Amino acid sequence: MKRLSFRTWRQWIAVGSALLSTVILVLWFSEELGTWWATQNLVLRQSIVTGLLMGGVYGLAALGLTLIFGVLGIINFAHGTIISMGMYLTFVLFSTYDIDPYLSLAIVAPTLFFVGILMYRLLLRQTMTGPAHNQLLVTLGLALIIENILLLVFRADPRTVRPSYSSSGFFLGDTYISLPRLLAFLFALLLGVMLYTFLRTTQTGRAIRAAAQDRIGAQLVGIPVSRIEALTLGIGTAAGGAAGTLIMPFFTVTPTTGATFNITAFVIVVLGGMGNVAGAVLGGLIVGLVEALGAVFLPGSTKQIGVFLLFILLLLFRPSGLFGRGHYA
Amino acid sequence: MHKTRTDQQVLGTQKIPTSSIQRYIRFTLPILIGITALSVPPLFLRGYLLDVVILIVFWSFLGSAWNLLSGLAGQFSFGHAAFFGIGAYTSTVLLVRYGINPWVGMLFGAGLAALAGSLLGFLCWRYGVRGPYFALTTFAFAEVLRLFTNNWTFTNRSLGLQVPLIGGNSLLAFQFELDKRPYYWIIVAFLLMALGTTIFIERSRTGYFLRAIRDDEDAAAALGIPIMRYKIVAMAVSAALTAMGGTFYAQYMFYIDPTIVFGAHVSVDILMRPLVGGVGTPLGPVIGGILLTPLGEVARALVRTPPEFLPFADFIRGRSGLDGLLLGIILIIVILKVPQGVIGWCEYRWRQR
Repeated sequence: MKRLSFRTWRQWIAVGSALLSTVILVLWFSEELGTWWATQNLVLRQSIVTGLLMGGVYGLAALGLTLIFGVLGIINFAHGTIISMGMYLTFVLFSTYDIDPYLSLAIVAPTLFFVGILMYRLLLRQTMTGPAHNQLLVTLGLALIIENILLLVFRADPRTVRPSYSSSGFFLGDTYISLPRLLAFLFALLLGVMLYTFLRTTQTGRAIRAAAQDRIGAQLVGIPVSRIEALTLGIGTAAGGAAGTLIMPFFTVTPTTGATFNITAFVIVVLGGMGNVAGAVLGGLIVGLVEALGAVFLPGSTKQIGVFLLFILLLLFRPSGLFGRGHYA
Repeated sequence: MHKTRTDQQVLGTQKIPTSSIQRYIRFTLPILIGITALSVPPLFLRGYLLDVVILIVFWSFLGSAWNLLSGLAGQFSFGHAAFFGIGAYTSTVLLVRYGINPWVGMLFGAGLAALAGSLLGFLCWRYGVRGPYFALTTFAFAEVLRLFTNNWTFTNRSLGLQVPLIGGNSLLAFQFELDKRPYYWIIVAFLLMALGTTIFIERSRTGYFLRAIRDDEDAAAALGIPIMRYKIVAMAVSAALTAMGGTFYAQYMFYIDPTIVFGAHVSVDILMRPLVGGVGTPLGPVIGGILLTPLGEVARALVRTPPEFLPFADFIRGRSGLDGLLLGIILIIVILKVPQGVIGWCEYRWRQR
């Protein structure tokens, strides 16, 4: 169950396809691809692009969740509200102090890192030895608390952050690419790669992976597992908060936004395989695509339904994820 | 589920009282006290306070329904809003579109919810979706239904459905606009039925099987208990009861929409009562309902017209979210400090005497 491995070919495929989709974004106006592309429906093309761009950010958000799951074995129900916390923090920084959303990453991510550490120290550490649904319920309680504090402070009014460049963009062929969406995608991938490198190359990263593989074994070889778990939760919530900041220039936030992200992030995590970091990025791209295509093919505001159905089908038929081996339970 | 009590204690079989006085104290007296307590509210309370009492009984009833599946059989559900909404929407759609009596609609709703629950349960358990994953699947199921009704013209999309008012009281039409007292008796009957079902199942062979499944599913299967069948039975009964609660809600509030009946807050509200009172005990949901429902009402009243002596009265005036905040704090405190709920805690203190 708890395994964060990075060496199998499946995961290299995952990283590879994530990069490939970036390359496609840049290169599709090359001639052959361009002709194929031009024959496709414009709306479809547009939504594929938008979906992939959004999927990158989803990937970052889910990366935090999957990391937490991999190391602590906790399904963090509060992750969605952590994302909306990041969004509101960005909103406050922008509207009160006039801080650019991309600059505020440097404030939001560390803040949420400490929120994650506090969350572990005050709440989750005590439940680590209890039954699994207690952990779920504690995070659910935390989600309720955060969501309702946001509701009390900011009311239910939708809030936006609109810097001067938020509506700028450019055409690639005849497909419009919104600048903030592209920036969000690139930033998310950059942060994802940074996190991946951190886990792969540093001593701390190795300790995190060891704790994910075998908690007791890691303890036996002298890894301070409790601190590693706190650190992981911090990193996970920081990634969620960063994802929230990145989408703020083109998104509208209400206190209940977090709940929507919750389920999206869960789908991605299950899709990529619980605890699989590279899988989360690829899963993010797939879910972004499913959602965007859902908006085209499904009527009304049903675009979420595709994601939910994907989730239920996955849990039923492929609970260990697209690239997973064995059983999660 | 953590077990704090032996089966003997649950069933009360440790000492069968023999003398007539003992039997009176153990059985007749509690029933008499219960009946007296239940008949007091409609005698003295009117208007808002009666509404609160009805809500207490209503949430206790839903908590009992949830308790059957999640407390007794140990299958933690995060998505009972799905069955609640199925009940509310089935009866109301049948009433609005075809003029079918809500009582009949309630039975249809209960049947449909039982069917949906069995199917969901079967698919989950067939493919080994257990524990937290089962909870997440039920959660997603409720959300799918919410989005679905939100976009289906047949259910009037996000506008919701209004129960046509007949402008009076009628038991046959399940509508009491002028005097709310009949609602109280109906929901009390529902609650007694749910409690009766819980106690009946708990003491039956099925109850033993369900507890065995809750405590160790694999061991139960190894002993030859058909775990799938019994889990589905628990799921179906729990879903049907929850759906009846949904119909009651629609007939009581006269209005439903997808967010009101399928929203995640309904699932949370349902599971909070038994959690606070004591999961897996018949009276747990009732105790939880008595403790939590007034608290939510007080919190809502507090933000509506905050008393002046509060330091941040001006800040919270007209805002919402205080009730949810309290719910979250209570949930965390209960899980961390008294995971066995109020009943479990009292029993513990009783034994520590």
